[in-house]
Amino acid sequence: MTEVMARDTSIEPVVVKTSVDQRRARIVGVILIVLAAIVLGVFAFGVTPEAQSTFNLSLPTDAIQGLSVTVNSRFFSGLMAVIIFVLGLDRMRGRNLGFTNGALGLGLLAFVLAFLTWAAADGSFSMVGMLRSTVISAVVITLGALTGLTCERSGVINIGIEGQLLTAAFVAVVLSSAFGTVVGVAGAMLIGAVLGALLAWLAIRFRVDQIIAGVVINILALGLTSFLASRVLSEAQDLNAPARIGSWRIPILADIPVIGPMFFDHTFFVYGTFLIVVALHFGFFRTRWGLRVRSVGEHPKAADTLGIDVLKTRYRTVISAGLIAGFGGAFLALAQISRFEENMTGGIGFIGLAAMIFGRWMPFGALAAGLVFGFSGALAQKVGILGTGIPSEFMLMLPYVATVIVVAGLVGQARPPAADGQPYIKQ
Amino acid sequence: MALELKGITKRFPGVVANDGVSLTVGSGEVVALLGENGAGKTTLMNILYGLYTQDEGTVSIDGQVLSLDSSSDAIAAGIGMVHQHFMLVPVFTVAENVVLGQEPTGLGGVIDRDEARKTVMDISERYNLRVDPDALVENISVGVEQRVEIIKVLNREARFVVFDEPTAVLTPQEVDEFFGIVEGLKADGKGIVFITHKLGEALRVADRIVVMRAGKVVAEVLPADVTTQDLADLMVGRSVDLQVDKVPAAPTDTVLTVRDFVVLDDRNVKAVDGVSFDVRAGEIVGIAGVQGNGQTELIEGLVGLRPVMSGQAHLGDIDITDFNPRQLHEREVSHIPEDRQGSGLVLDFTVAENMILDSYYQRPFSRGVRMDWDATFESAERLVEQYDVRTPGIHVPVSTLSGGNQQKVIVAREFDRDVKLVIASQPTRGIDVGSIEYIHNQIVAKRDAGAAVLVVSSELDEVLALADRVLVLFHGKIAGEFSPDADVTDIGLAMLGSAV
Amino acid sequence: MSEREPGRRVPEEAPTVESWVDRATGVGTSIGKSLMLPTLAVITALIIGGIIIALSDTDSLSILFSDPRTALRQMLSEVWASYRALFRGSIGSVYSISETLFAATPLLLAALGIALGFQAGLFNIGAQGQIIMGALLATYVGIYVTAPGFIHIPLTLLAGIVGGLIWGGIPGLLKARTGAHEVITTIMFNFIALFFIQWILTTPGLQDPGRNNPVSAALAETARLPKLFGSSYRVTIGFLIALAAVFAVHWLLYRSSLGFEMRAVGANPHAGKYAGMNVALVVTMAMAIAGGLAGMAGANQVMALDPYKASPALAGFVGFDAITVALLGRSNPIGVMWAAVLFGALSAGGREMQGAAQVPIDLVVVLQALIVIFVAAPGLIRVIWRIKGETTESQQVTSGWGA
Repeated sequence: MTEVMARDTSIEPVVVKTSVDQRRARIVGVILIVLAAIVLGVFAFGVTPEAQSTFNLSLPTDAIQGLSVTVNSRFFSGLMAVIIFVLGLDRMRGRNLGFTNGALGLGLLAFVLAFLTWAAADGSFSMVGMLRSTVISAVVITLGALTGLTCERSGVINIGIEGQLLTAAFVAVVLSSAFGTVVGVAGAMLIGAVLGALLAWLAIRFRVDQIIAGVVINILALGLTSFLASRVLSEAQDLNAPARIGSWRIPILADIPVIGPMFFDHTFFVYGTFLIVVALHFGFFRTRWGLRVRSVGEHPKAADTLGIDVLKTRYRTVISAGLIAGFGGAFLALAQISRFEENMTGGIGFIGLAAMIFGRWMPFGALAAGLVFGFSGALAQKVGILGTGIPSEFMLMLPYVATVIVVAGLVGQARPPAADGQPYIKQ
Repeated sequence: MALELKGITKRFPGVVANDGVSLTVGSGEVVALLGENGAGKTTLMNILYGLYTQDEGTVSIDGQVLSLDSSSDAIAAGIGMVHQHFMLVPVFTVAENVVLGQEPTGLGGVIDRDEARKTVMDISERYNLRVDPDALVENISVGVEQRVEIIKVLNREARFVVFDEPTAVLTPQEVDEFFGIVEGLKADGKGIVFITHKLGEALRVADRIVVMRAGKVVAEVLPADVTTQDLADLMVGRSVDLQVDKVPAAPTDTVLTVRDFVVLDDRNVKAVDGVSFDVRAGEIVGIAGVQGNGQTELIEGLVGLRPVMSGQAHLGDIDITDFNPRQLHEREVSHIPEDRQGSGLVLDFTVAENMILDSYYQRPFSRGVRMDWDATFESAERLVEQYDVRTPGIHVPVSTLSGGNQQKVIVAREFDRDVKLVIASQPTRGIDVGSIEYIHNQIVAKRDAGAAVLVVSSELDEVLALADRVLVLFHGKIAGEFSPDADVTDIGLAMLGSAV
Repeated sequence: MSEREPGRRVPEEAPTVESWVDRATGVGTSIGKSLMLPTLAVITALIIGGIIIALSDTDSLSILFSDPRTALRQMLSEVWASYRALFRGSIGSVYSISETLFAATPLLLAALGIALGFQAGLFNIGAQGQIIMGALLATYVGIYVTAPGFIHIPLTLLAGIVGGLIWGGIPGLLKARTGAHEVITTIMFNFIALFFIQWILTTPGLQDPGRNNPVSAALAETARLPKLFGSSYRVTIGFLIALAAVFAVHWLLYRSSLGFEMRAVGANPHAGKYAGMNVALVVTMAMAIAGGLAGMAGANQVMALDPYKASPALAGFVGFDAITVALLGRSNPIGVMWAAVLFGALSAGGREMQGAAQVPIDLVVVLQALIVIFVAAPGLIRVIWRIKGETTESQQVTSGWGA
């Protein structure tokens, strides 16, 4: 082992590779090998040798029609099994420990492909359709995660995202029905910010436990929207009928096969989400605003000694983050469902929270996590249609089970902002 | 140019932290503010830096009274502060930490990174501070962190710089380097306030020494006019006797045997790297060393709070290497932890509850799963009496007690039983002199009763006063073994890492 | 941890001696003081609720500008009618009181579990899922075991406890072993339980024969909880069982060594570890016991509620309301008992309000949320009512994602 130089004042820390990483690699290796066995036993040999799986790569609306890929189901699944097995063996050898998560990701991807091949054996499956709904399902999750990470970067835990989304959805529907889309979206964002202000006020001014404050906001939002929905919307049905929002099809780009329908034929909400991701990333890591917000979330006392107003910064950040949640709520109500229903968020805000952790408090991480969760949701839908004999409830469980696994497996490694959840007490 | 504090008074509920304190520092002058823990030095400096607001008195520069409501006011007035606990964001780079709050920005608030880097390099070169602007703060050593703090202050064009206990976390060599930097700042015309409780350092670096005690300035002297002993007397208000009354040790059997101990710190770096030593019954072994040389990890490894990577520890014949705290407790090992409030006590619990924190599950405090509160209260009343814990009662939360009395609660809990081995980590850190003496005497009494005692302290004086044998820990290794009567210079050299 | 200078020991950081946690160690609480804040919280919430009722009265709003006096009078009478119905439905008659206690029973059981978690530093949002899993197992035993009532009832209850215990214990174990935050895992377990019950109630064996939606067959007569005041009142001996649970939890927390461990670990896990406590075990136990209590509430939902069948909706909002009950009761079993009765009253009264005054019962949820906000932020109540005192003391029970 490395000798520490006795006379050197700025010693480079000698990081000892602990057995923890090796153990993790080995566990992942075992998991992958088990997955390979499942793929081979169930997916490859669960179909007839001559079965063919067809994946459609174009939608009926596409400019270029009839793109599809057809593979021999058993051969393809067998190939996936081999890939997963090799990845697993490689992990068992315990080298190149940094790649463990990557290997797990690739292995899971191969597993899903094999699964789809099996499910679509002797039939066809709209791959593009699923990828497109992945992107759409990812929007609210990503926006929720962005709201959460923005708050938490400043040191305030926001568990009330669910409530912000729900209230914003309600306001969006009512205002959009009455005054049009623009007012609807603006109002939704505003109410998101108002609830953000309430959270900030409780957490900062009264130092209410931040998780409790968030939970209470969720309950308040649920009660208030349900109350108003049955008291007002049930009588004034015309307030629950917002105009449908059309897609903005981006010329040329939307005609690219697969990529086009996935990314370039959506409502402005989808483009807006991508824009927010980029803007937040740039903002957090390149600008004065970001440096200050992060300093307040990491070491508020240090920020304070440099003349940065910790509490004001937190107020501002949490309130602005509410705008993002409001945007998400508007999307849910106006673009996805087009009306308000009681408890229509159904816990998606919490999935957003998990995506925030999964994405390690990074905007692009949140987007990636949102896409992963969106994919598992879309998968559940599509597989339900295919009729594989797997109860749809189990497919619907998937995102939640995945979240538990992610949180249990990753929290040790992902590091939240150091002052996350701690009230700042200035003398 | 001169910075002047006049008649500063600051009251906290129940305490007068500063009582009519006055202090002046001119350009190119180093003033040492000397006092023991709790004398009110830090409070005074927090007022100067705008973190607290004084109840009475004024702060002025060249006769112009300042109103300091926040640190930004202090910064604007040209006052800079290097805090005892560095105010650096670990996940930021050096340059980001330096420019935070005064970022050079371009269009739309985008930070000009080259400009930030250049700022750091310029100051770094001018004062010979040698830092890498792109290094992450969490990856640099404590000494470098301090230099980053100094760059932060200089970047804000401070004319007066306050250093709060700047040497506490430095190795002796870094201390030398630090004093070099202070000389440079002084030559550049900065006025410097140097807060410390270390007499030697005050004598070495200061042009003037201001001594505080119990919130008041008790003396203002020139280094040439006083001796260390004079200063010590001024600091505590009576003749201090740093010696602890004790008879020579009569060690018998070996109780604790530690061999080739290796323990990692939180960053997975080897903090303890092959340490071996013995502690015998009836002797006190002291571990000296600059803070951060593996003391914390060594003790946590010994008491089962941190996994031991390799090596063994034996208690008599029993291998205790992988024992957990409870197993050790049951083998008659007492542990006074380094972090009194963080791990030694449950602050929300009452004195009585804290008194049984590690023996609550044993008779007489519980029978089966049922707690016997009567027995607990009875015992707590007795311990409060016996160990001189000053508290309104056993039912008040322990958080309402002073640091010294909190520590006595721990000592009472750990000592009021048969004890084979005492492991005491920083047993008197940050507590009043009366409690220090009391706790020292209790530790010696345990030794005389036949216990083996291991004391760790970053205060060399404490180790020398208590120990019968002194081990010096440097960079996770034992750098030498000494008798407490040995030449302090030799021990100092060992703490510095020089072979003896 | 920083060194703290004795001179800067700031006593106001210390919890007040008359802290609301009824310390087993004998420090009494001043009854008047400890009741004042919750009472004011309820009153304030009712006032705000009244404003919400008035402002959502579309008939009156439409004439507010043309005929403000009539509009205001209509609004006031609407609020008056609503609250009168609320009171009548909760305490107006023996039947109302029976309804209140009936509604309070599952709330009390589940909230005791959540309160226990709070004391151990854990925020269990998973009562909902634990109720479902407890109810499922209880349903199974209630249908398939044949035994006389005095055996069948305890057995079915026990099954409920086991179901909740497992569903709460797993997140506890995950927290202890991997650090996975219980807030996230328990929420996920709620969803998993919900999908699970939707599926399993459609499988033969549990599904009510002849139905195609997820509903179980009815429990055997012998597994149903006897009524407390005769067959015309719905409250069952389940309420007495819940009361017994109050005292059991109180004993556990303040009189047992496990409770001492839970409270110590909850207040300072480092100190717990240092003092030799098995923190992982304590955390797992606390979550499991909390789950067991919620599971009992789940058993109650199938054993006491006509038609004695399990369905995906069986938990209603009990699991979430229980969180607010636990917060309102400030995690103290006795306080939780009163809070549960209050919420039971709101819920029973809310139904009457919906029926008699056409004000949606969702208002009750709003009232509950408001009450908890005010209880969690005493400073807010003090500001509103201009009461002197420290304005910022509040309850910190959770500790971010890390711990």
